[in-house]
Amino acid sequence: MNLPATIRTRTEAETALIEAFDATEHLLRGACDLRAAAMAHFSAIGLPNRRVESWHYTDLRAMLREAAPIRAPDSFTLARAHELLQGPGGQTHAIRLLVLNGAYRPDLSDLADLPAGVAVTSLSDELVAGDPEVLTALVGEGQGGDDAVVALNAALMQDGIVVRVAPGAEIERPLALVNMMSGGAPHAAFVRSLVIVGAGARVRLTETTTACTPAATQANEAMVLKIGDRANVDYVTRVFAQGEGAIAVHSLLATVGADAHFNAFCFMPEVGLARRQIFARLNGRRSNVRFGGLSLLRGRQHADTTLVVEHVAPDCTSREFFRHILDHESTGVFQGKVVVRPNAQKTDGAMKSQAIMLGDDAVMNNKPELEIFADDVVCGHGATVGQLDDDQIFYLQARGLPREEAESLLLEAFANEALDLIADEKLRARFIDDTKAWLAQRGAK
Amino acid sequence: MAAVKETVDRVKAIDVDAYKYGFVTDIESDKAPKGLNEDIVRFISARKNEPEWLLEWRLDAYRRWLTMREPDWARVEYPKIDYQDLYYYSAPRSTPGPTSLEDVDPELLRTYEKLGIPLREQEILAGVQTSRVAVDAVFDSVSVATTFRAELAKAGVIFCPISEAVHSHPELVRKYLGSVVPVTDNYFATLNSAVYSDGSFVYIPPGVRCPMELSTYFRINERNTGQFERTLIIADAGSYVSYLEGCTAPQRDENQLHAAVVELIAHDDAEIKYSTVQNWYPGDSEGKGGIYNFVTKRGDCRGRRAKISWTQVETGSAITWKYPSCILRGDDSRGEFYSIAISNGRQQVDSGTKMIHLGRNTSSRIISKGISAGKSNNTYRGQVSAHRKATNARNFTNCDSLLIGHDCGAHTVPYIESKNATAVFEHEATTSKISEDQLFYCLQRGLSSEEATALIVNGFVRDVLQQLPMEFAVEAQKLIAISLEGSVG
Repeated sequence: MNLPATIRTRTEAETALIEAFDATEHLLRGACDLRAAAMAHFSAIGLPNRRVESWHYTDLRAMLREAAPIRAPDSFTLARAHELLQGPGGQTHAIRLLVLNGAYRPDLSDLADLPAGVAVTSLSDELVAGDPEVLTALVGEGQGGDDAVVALNAALMQDGIVVRVAPGAEIERPLALVNMMSGGAPHAAFVRSLVIVGAGARVRLTETTTACTPAATQANEAMVLKIGDRANVDYVTRVFAQGEGAIAVHSLLATVGADAHFNAFCFMPEVGLARRQIFARLNGRRSNVRFGGLSLLRGRQHADTTLVVEHVAPDCTSREFFRHILDHESTGVFQGKVVVRPNAQKTDGAMKSQAIMLGDDAVMNNKPELEIFADDVVCGHGATVGQLDDDQIFYLQARGLPREEAESLLLEAFANEALDLIADEKLRARFIDDTKAWLAQRGAK
Repeated sequence: MAAVKETVDRVKAIDVDAYKYGFVTDIESDKAPKGLNEDIVRFISARKNEPEWLLEWRLDAYRRWLTMREPDWARVEYPKIDYQDLYYYSAPRSTPGPTSLEDVDPELLRTYEKLGIPLREQEILAGVQTSRVAVDAVFDSVSVATTFRAELAKAGVIFCPISEAVHSHPELVRKYLGSVVPVTDNYFATLNSAVYSDGSFVYIPPGVRCPMELSTYFRINERNTGQFERTLIIADAGSYVSYLEGCTAPQRDENQLHAAVVELIAHDDAEIKYSTVQNWYPGDSEGKGGIYNFVTKRGDCRGRRAKISWTQVETGSAITWKYPSCILRGDDSRGEFYSIAISNGRQQVDSGTKMIHLGRNTSSRIISKGISAGKSNNTYRGQVSAHRKATNARNFTNCDSLLIGHDCGAHTVPYIESKNATAVFEHEATTSKISEDQLFYCLQRGLSSEEATALIVNGFVRDVLQQLPMEFAVEAQKLIAISLEGSVG
């Protein structure tokens, strides 16, 4: 859907990104051809704007005024990272793998606790080593290949984590990929991670982005997930872009084998401008995938969830369930596309996006799409936009709850139905608490 | 008018094609050469003896059209159209038709028979040139039209060709033409504005309930409104009109590109019901030929409590690109869209609607049923949007698709945009195939698989068929069965 390379002026940010690539090309390690091709694609199409169909509601070209530079972590960030790892709040049941300002830090990761069957390496090292398997796997199956942000990530990827889960391995503790940024002055990070899950393996992944101090950080993250036959993967992302002017784009490029289970959830509270894009391809028969998400927005925050789920093989089931709560002047975007290829008979697909608008000036854009080329399928989608039910509020008020509390209770219930999709109980409990805190803050005003 | 005369002469002089096809002189003089330029626009305007302002309006559209790009976002594929290779104004019959029904494609006749169309009508539809019948038919239709006209005139309803309305009611045409679909609206609408040939004009005075269903079928010059049709319907305060467009029978037509514009205006408490049955030539089974139907239809609920309802049965055309829309400007206004789109063979349909909620307490309802068979592609593309001031906007959308066969595609592309917290939008869509159980049940009771499919499909589209005027609904039902022929087994 990209426009042909028409003659138009480049924005400052576009020029800065292209120049940044030219200036640092020799510093970026490995995968030169891949990077150069991606950059050529980016310079031809530029930043996505409203004329690009898949970015119609998130005009990054207008929103990204200045491309921030890449920065090395300072002492404060390092101290904060240590604290996160060893401090009182740092002890969790997860195995933490840390990326700091775009660079993987084995020294700050829980490598000692790595269970058998999991191998963790640095993407940068892998690129230098030039392992063809990694290089091929790194672009997934070319999904999102047209996307300017994915291309930019491929061109400028600094580092990332490569995780290999051996076939048949059952990993008990979750692997937590943390992308930490310094914050303070605006800076950018380009991270690409690769997780290869062997046949029959079982693993839980979480991925979070945080900034030590709220700032206009620019995070461009990509996760390439290769799920083998009969594997079982649970994957929770928390896209976080605190701070005025913070931008985060997270792209998931996933391929799923046969008889596999894949459950992905994305939590987007408090984001400046966040876009989560999913490109998933179901290549094996009888697989079952589920995508869920919850976004909580206020102020002028903007959260965009865009997904393309391609049913290539027959007999697969996919479920998409997303909920959005929009306060003040925030903007929510949901674009979901389920594609059923000609041979993908007996596909069962259902997608739902529901939004509650609290603020008078909130905006919700829903675009649930179906693209079906096989006849023996059952596919459906639903989308609703509305506000809290007055009758329900009245019911609660009649039982003595103040209006704010009644609203919070209903909103909590609305949010929890989405959070129920998270398999990991501890994580779910934490997100439920976060949601409560978000609602409490709303009531406080 | 000297300049125009000169143009006409020059245009005639360079028309070399005309002789090749052996036209008689009087027809030839009614024909502009191929291609499009300002002179052609002036020629068309001059032929219709149009006032200066309308010529200027056309020329403005033409100049703007030159700067526009053909849209490519729809899910349709077709070879590039050479706009300089088309006739923009031609005589009623540019090539001789068959001289009797015996010369008509038996396939076409079989279809007419199934639809139960009387012999005489069959001849008209097939474009048979036997003068006696044709003249009779014309006289018939004139007399029918005259009777109706008298009745309509009594009610104060104006129903005439738009070219006539320009002269008889210039103030109305000038006020409303292009007020719903602006000249620059889109590529095809702009082209239409520049070169439109003719179409219907309807004005219903305040408080009048139009005494009959208005149909293009009864309009005398219906037979050749040409490829760039322009329709303008105005329902003044408190009036009601139901308008039927097209007919169920497949129509012969030499023009491949059709770019029509339909504008509806409903004032306070007025209601317009617009029903279409479109069954133009869809091309052969390999996708050769067939009509490109690129239509811009839009209704404007300008007044409070106005209502516009679109109902369409789309079975013909090789390519359909059509989005009848409602602008819900007046408070408490209502828009409805009921659609059946059937594609078979290699047809491509990209159709849907737009419901733009601007006023308070506006509501809209969309029911779309898409059926794809053969190697066709059928897309529903719709937009529902609530603007900032559209307090309490309501929408309900239901689009269902049915797939018959392995090589077809069904797609749904809805845009649901809400900028008002009090808006409530609901959207649901499903895609499935004909249930084996239902099919088996019908077969067991002695129906052939084609009959069974038709029966099930008719059930599938019933919600929409109910919205059609009675006599149309019966024909549409038969038409659905015919359209799906060859898709089973």
